[in-house]
Amino acid sequence: MQDPANRSTAEPLEFRAATKRYPGSAEPAVNALSLEVPAGEICVLVGPSGCGKTTAMRMVNRMIEITEGDILLGGRSVRDRKPEELRRSIGYVIQQIGLFPHRTIADNVATVPKLVGWDKKRISARVDELLELVGLDPHVMRSRYPAQLSGGQRQRVGVARALAIDPPVMLMDEPFGAIDPINRERLQNEFLRLQAELRKTIVFVTHDIDEAIKMGDRIAVMQVGGKLEQYAPPAELLMAPATEFVEDFVGADRALKRLALQRVRDIDLWTVATCRTGEPTAEVRQRVESADLDIALLVDGEDRPVGWLSERALLGERVRDELRSRADPIVELDDILRDALSDLLAKESMYGPVVDAEGRVVGVLSIQVISHAVGSAPTAVPGPTELVEAAPAQDEHQ
Amino acid sequence: MSLPAIVAQSGGFVRDRAGESSCVADNGFCPSWIVDNIDRYWDPLLEHVVLVVVSVSLGFTIALALGLVAHRQRWLVTPLTGLTSAIYTIPSPAMFLLLLPLSGRGNLTAVIALTAYTQVIIFRNVVNGLAGVPADIVDAATGTGMTAGQRLFRVEVPLALPEILAGLRIAAATTVGLAALAFLAGAGGLGSQLSTASLIIFKSNVVVAGGLVTLLAALLDLLVLGLQRRLTPWERAVAA
Repeated sequence: MQDPANRSTAEPLEFRAATKRYPGSAEPAVNALSLEVPAGEICVLVGPSGCGKTTAMRMVNRMIEITEGDILLGGRSVRDRKPEELRRSIGYVIQQIGLFPHRTIADNVATVPKLVGWDKKRISARVDELLELVGLDPHVMRSRYPAQLSGGQRQRVGVARALAIDPPVMLMDEPFGAIDPINRERLQNEFLRLQAELRKTIVFVTHDIDEAIKMGDRIAVMQVGGKLEQYAPPAELLMAPATEFVEDFVGADRALKRLALQRVRDIDLWTVATCRTGEPTAEVRQRVESADLDIALLVDGEDRPVGWLSERALLGERVRDELRSRADPIVELDDILRDALSDLLAKESMYGPVVDAEGRVVGVLSIQVISHAVGSAPTAVPGPTELVEAAPAQDEHQ
Repeated sequence: MSLPAIVAQSGGFVRDRAGESSCVADNGFCPSWIVDNIDRYWDPLLEHVVLVVVSVSLGFTIALALGLVAHRQRWLVTPLTGLTSAIYTIPSPAMFLLLLPLSGRGNLTAVIALTAYTQVIIFRNVVNGLAGVPADIVDAATGTGMTAGQRLFRVEVPLALPEILAGLRIAAATTVGLAALAFLAGAGGLGSQLSTASLIIFKSNVVVAGGLVTLLAALLDLLVLGLQRRLTPWERAVAA
């Protein structure tokens, strides 16, 4: 990325009773939409077809003109700016990506820098930087045409083009909608990692509630007729749907969906008595008494879990190496709660030891712990960019 | 009228230079006559080329401009299509006659008529080509902050180029054929050779003049095709 001093800072975005009416239709397409997107956050507009989510997004860069109300970008009305100038300062990514087929990848990425009159050297350096940023090799990609790229690669070029002059705000209309499920998940994760670094203010449109929950810092659920039903962070939306429509829209499995929003480290784990072979059993029994779980966990010399001790292991003077079962599954602190639960269910186990990055036991995750976490108020829920797993960006074949 | 009589009447056009009078007299296909007489075709060929190149260039410029305007002002498409089609249906001898009081006999009349005939093909291809640019690409162009003019010349026209140039190719070939009648307007060209008096029935002459017209059409077609390949390198970029 470029020198941080050079980087444009994200700007807050505010819809102020923004309304779009089309002549000849009784219902407005967007009905007095009011919401604030803090600088550097992703706001997902989600809802069924015809709810006006795309219209609302397109009013931000005046691809569609506002009929009533206003939209403020960095405190300034978008109506006070020339549409072309406004659009150049807002990154724009659409589902079909819309790369220019007659231009090379380098020229596509250079579209906005050329429009604003950067010199050739600066453009060329920026193109290389951006292609690397989105995980494409500039030497291979620069001179190719869009027809020579895979869908995932085109999508990345689309993002690179939108980021070209480092705009403070980005609009993304179903940017991953045309990608197959496996690559979509990968691109979503990559984008969240990118966003963790770039911190743009983003308006993200989708019809997929799961994508909304995954990508959004805040989610605006819209109803047909352009009406905002609820605007809240994902956890709140899932915990406390404001209307019946939102409840239906988020789905009957909303408690399960909440599990995708938290990591094992975010919840209170059970304590467990750990011991090593040869330790005095009396001490171990005492530790078991004061722990949440009533059986002891055998660990190795580096505190890594080995297995659950059987009753007989504690019968003698010293702890013997007699296991009731192996420690399986082993859950990591960084695991998403949903994945951890899935592991427990798959192993038909009620609980599993939780280990830190070094593999040392730090507690126990149980089905009860999880159900308690789902039922409690959403306090320490991390944002989407913190939930995405750290992984190398370069993971698709080119 | 017998062929020898024509030979006598033609003021020496079909004179027997090499003394192979039998072939000419039999109205045969006579290679040696062609070799001997080929020089009389250069001037008409040059006139023909000039007529075609001037008319097609002019016609392309006008039709492209009309097409670009009609792309912005969609209501113009129907009337302009109707007008250019109507012009195309006028038989060329009638067109020359109609123009006679305005531009007289000569090259000007021929160029005006030929230019007018190119309009329907090129205009239609320009309009269809521009309309055929995918909506998402136009949307992306607008969304990145291009003005209407930048979008037109940087995105829409380049992407419509294959269809626009396809129109130019058809227009060029058609004009080469139509220019063979330009002699009716007093503008010369290869047609004048084909129809000097009744020599139309003289096979060797028909083969040479007709062959040159066909060759010219093919050559122009290749020229525009080569231009198109140069201008649209992305069309040949295959998936890697």
